Amino acid sequence: MSAVKLTIDGMPVEVAPGTTILEAARKLEIDIPTFCHDPELTRNGACRMCVVEVEKARALVASCCTPVAPDMVVHTDSERVRTARQTILRLILANHPLECITCEKTGDCRLQDYCYRYGVSESGFQGETKDLPLDDTNPFFIRDMNKCILCGICVGKCQEINGAGAIDFTRRGFVTNVSPPFGDPIENSSCVFCGMCVDVCPVGALVPKAGVGKGRPWEIEKVKTICPYCGTGCSVYLHVKDGKIIGASPDAESPVNRGHLCAKGRFGWDFVHSEERLTRPLIRRNGVFVEAGWDEALDLVASRLKESIARYGPDAFMGLSSAKTSNEDNYLFQKLVRHLGTNNVDHCARL
Amino acid sequence: MYEKHLMICGATGCLSSNSGKVKEALEAELARRGIKEKYRLVMAGCVGFCEVGPIIVIYPDEVFYCRLKPGDMAELVEKHLIGGEVVERLLYTSPDVEVPGRFYDTIPFYRKQVFNVLRNSGIIDPEIIDEYIMRGGYRAFSRALKMERPQICDEVKRAGLRGRGGAGFPTGMKWEFTMIAPGEKKYVVCNADEGDPGAFMDRSILEGDPHAVIEGMLICGRAIGADEGYIYCRAEYPLAIKRLRIAIAQAEEYGLLGENILASGFNFHLNIKEGAGAFVCGEETALLASIEGKRGMPRPRPPFPAVSGLFGKPTCINNVETFANIPLILREGGVEEFASIGTESSKGTKVFALAGKIRNTGLCEVPMGITIREVIFDVGGGVQGDREFKAVQAGGPSGGCIPAELLDLPIDYDSLTKAGAIMGSGGLVVMDDRTCMVDLARYFLSFTQKESCGKCIPCREGTKRMLEILERICDGSGEPADLDTLESLAFSIKDSALCGLGQTCPNPILSTIRYFRHEYEEHINEQFCRAGVCKALFQYYIDPETCIGCTRCARVCPVSAISGEKKEVHAIDQSLCTRCGSCVEVCPKNSIQITRVRRKADVSS
Amino acid sequence: MGNQAEGSALNGELDLSQVDALVEPYLDKQGVVIPVLQKIQEHYGYLPRPALERAARRLRIPLSRLYGVATFYAQFKMMPRGRNIIRVCKGTACHIQGGSKIAERIEEILKIKVNETTPDMKFTLEEVACIGACALAPVMMINDEPHGRLTPDKIKKILASYE
Repeated sequence: MSAVKLTIDGMPVEVAPGTTILEAARKLEIDIPTFCHDPELTRNGACRMCVVEVEKARALVASCCTPVAPDMVVHTDSERVRTARQTILRLILANHPLECITCEKTGDCRLQDYCYRYGVSESGFQGETKDLPLDDTNPFFIRDMNKCILCGICVGKCQEINGAGAIDFTRRGFVTNVSPPFGDPIENSSCVFCGMCVDVCPVGALVPKAGVGKGRPWEIEKVKTICPYCGTGCSVYLHVKDGKIIGASPDAESPVNRGHLCAKGRFGWDFVHSEERLTRPLIRRNGVFVEAGWDEALDLVASRLKESIARYGPDAFMGLSSAKTSNEDNYLFQKLVRHLGTNNVDHCARL
Repeated sequence: MYEKHLMICGATGCLSSNSGKVKEALEAELARRGIKEKYRLVMAGCVGFCEVGPIIVIYPDEVFYCRLKPGDMAELVEKHLIGGEVVERLLYTSPDVEVPGRFYDTIPFYRKQVFNVLRNSGIIDPEIIDEYIMRGGYRAFSRALKMERPQICDEVKRAGLRGRGGAGFPTGMKWEFTMIAPGEKKYVVCNADEGDPGAFMDRSILEGDPHAVIEGMLICGRAIGADEGYIYCRAEYPLAIKRLRIAIAQAEEYGLLGENILASGFNFHLNIKEGAGAFVCGEETALLASIEGKRGMPRPRPPFPAVSGLFGKPTCINNVETFANIPLILREGGVEEFASIGTESSKGTKVFALAGKIRNTGLCEVPMGITIREVIFDVGGGVQGDREFKAVQAGGPSGGCIPAELLDLPIDYDSLTKAGAIMGSGGLVVMDDRTCMVDLARYFLSFTQKESCGKCIPCREGTKRMLEILERICDGSGEPADLDTLESLAFSIKDSALCGLGQTCPNPILSTIRYFRHEYEEHINEQFCRAGVCKALFQYYIDPETCIGCTRCARVCPVSAISGEKKEVHAIDQSLCTRCGSCVEVCPKNSIQITRVRRKADVSS
Repeated sequence: MGNQAEGSALNGELDLSQVDALVEPYLDKQGVVIPVLQKIQEHYGYLPRPALERAARRLRIPLSRLYGVATFYAQFKMMPRGRNIIRVCKGTACHIQGGSKIAERIEEILKIKVNETTPDMKFTLEEVACIGACALAPVMMINDEPHGRLTPDKIKKILASYE
């Protein structure tokens, strides 16, 4: 099929049929604001932030879900568009606690960014606001639905990508909410704590507990690494401030996990700085564990292995490897065990 | 053999005014006299004139009895059925007729009506397919079976039929889009989720002539190449659903639905889906989501349902009245006949539900192009109690009001849109001087706010804020800047909301501001509601000139705010009065009047 | 009415064995959520939580989806309802004929708000978008019986005629 030619903000562009206006604009490096758009999910069109003016169209159209058409003339930043976006932002602010000073999301909040861009400092409306209970009983993240702007990406991730189906929209109209069934805390739902919802939340409604009060987004260095929990090898960014890990997020570019993580890789980093963490080997002496050096410990293991093999033969011993290590480590481990004369080697993940 | 056929209006309107009990009494009376076998009693479809229900029409005598009570049946049997004499006292009487109306042709309500869609309603037994067939039913369908598919779409196009659900999209074009959309599996969907408050056209069609809708859907299925259809009907319409089920079963039995229909090789199956109470499901993409078992939230278009609809397949969605028009168009010579009625851009007839402060509440079918004045005053009999006509609201929560100065506007899609209203599905609610236009806007916003699906921000948050502003105005705490805020918010929502519901929900506000700005200003600047509706903005007082001291008002007052001796002028204690209006209802002299609230601040300063 | 109480059983244990039979015809079919919820409500009078949980498992549909659908549509009730259901019409015709005064008077008499049930389980007060009996406006239905051309002072007598 031949390319579609259109004009966006006076600039001509050619894209494949079926491309959305938003995608075409991005090709021209025009930044159209969005809350609810996620390329992984079903086209949603809920937040209306991305509306643009298409000549000859009756109303503004949502650029995130409107496909381009030949000779379309699009204005992404006209007065009419700006007015609509400002109205939307004011409507959000009218029902969103302005707690930016203490909000964890400050500095990485799209609502804040867009309000700044469009010069919206207050809603100008008075009226009812949400008053929903905080859900913070689980160890991993805080759900403050009063801050939720109902973009629905979390619901999409939970239903369409993860499949846990822990949350969905509930009720309708002004009292619409996103919640586990019967308003239960997320802990009592079918949530597997993959954290995808937390990663995609554009505002401060979903916040990981581990980082609360520990640093602002701009103070954090994101260090790319491989998750040590299992052999999958997910790529993960550790959020580091002052040499300490205060959180983690998945690497969307990684071919292994493409932005996904499990509960452990997403939230399970508190062990790193735990006082109870073993950092040196322990040797049991007279029934009590005593700290030892690495050489001492390895020598002990080697000598005991040799003794056992000498006395009972190599098949008296077996090696059990860990799913937490990499493929390469596991390969070397089985080499070692076989070299010691036995085929008794296995792996904890071989269930 | 039957001597006479008695068509008892068995539609929801008349059932609500007890036509069921009337029928029972009639049956009992006939049984008592042992003459049951001579008369055929039919619970027939709606004859439209709900105001004077319950109604019985007797054939072949052509006599229209109305406002019947179970107690009237003995006389009706004795005098009319046995004695052969018309019971004058049960005929239609009204100030607008000199002699009682005996049949449709002598009752003013029917004079300007043209029965196309309602051609069978009230005349046939909707639960017997043969009666529909005897009236020419399914002939258009069998003709369509012999036609090429594009030819069917072409006839619908040439007839100029536009969608009767409200937006007025040309039906033939919609069919053609769905016909050419690639795909093996296609669906026909009938939108019977009539949710506009004050509208009951579709219900009456389904209750009175279900086969017309089924035949329309069959023809559509044949035209677009669909083998399955859904009728999405409000669960609040149990009688319509029951009649549809019977009609579908009978059509299946007659081989008009199912596999290899009339040995043509055409297959068509029809399902009923009961809605679960959400106005937004009248929006086509929300309706499809609901059939698919999801929350009824609209999705962005394109893709249009014609390309990707129900379960992702090409789907043609039309409204009940649209489908009911199809058999008329597809019969031999139907195109020309259909197009001969109406205006250049709006062909055929339109069914309207007349309600509100109108004398003749009910259903009427009128040719497109008729003026609003004709519908309200000639068909509708004018305003109740001869009060002053203020406006008529057309199109429900998506529509707008049309003021007295536009009464001569012809009813067609384009004129109504230009006036700030919409054709909508056909609800016309009449308002008099005792209707507050700010309160009316508030009413519609409270409706759309409650019915907003909550998906898009402009509708979910915007309707709430508009409603709050209107509530403040009705409460007396409105501010002059509120009008500008309302208008700018309304325009933004119209421009940016996701679906038709959101884009049209500001219409009631915009049109009342456009035509009744002074009422808003009076509420805001003078704290006065001249209609006596907004409770904080008026007081009742008893006009000493006309009060006769009958004590009725004092007796009915729930808070004992009215005092006065018998045959002396009564007075209202403003500190107790809750402005419930009970006294106004009972006053025989219309002495209870409305005045501005005297505020403490006014007194002290 | 907190969320926690939603869907809880009124008196002791519910007989859940019916749920399987109600769900059976809908297994492995498309678009079944609404008809299944309608069947459950028809049977129990509302949507008890344990019944939804059981249906979700049988249908292999997340409970969150059933709950999301159930709370979207006005027809579905998450709490047990009274013996008599009062439905006050909120249609346009009823509104301009003074329909709001009818609901207000019922609220005063029964001392409950819309969508609430009297403590003795005698009445549940609800609103309905439009009954479509506009000739009788303002109108209300009690169970399946319409009461039309209402005025506030008629309400007490009508309510008294129900058990």
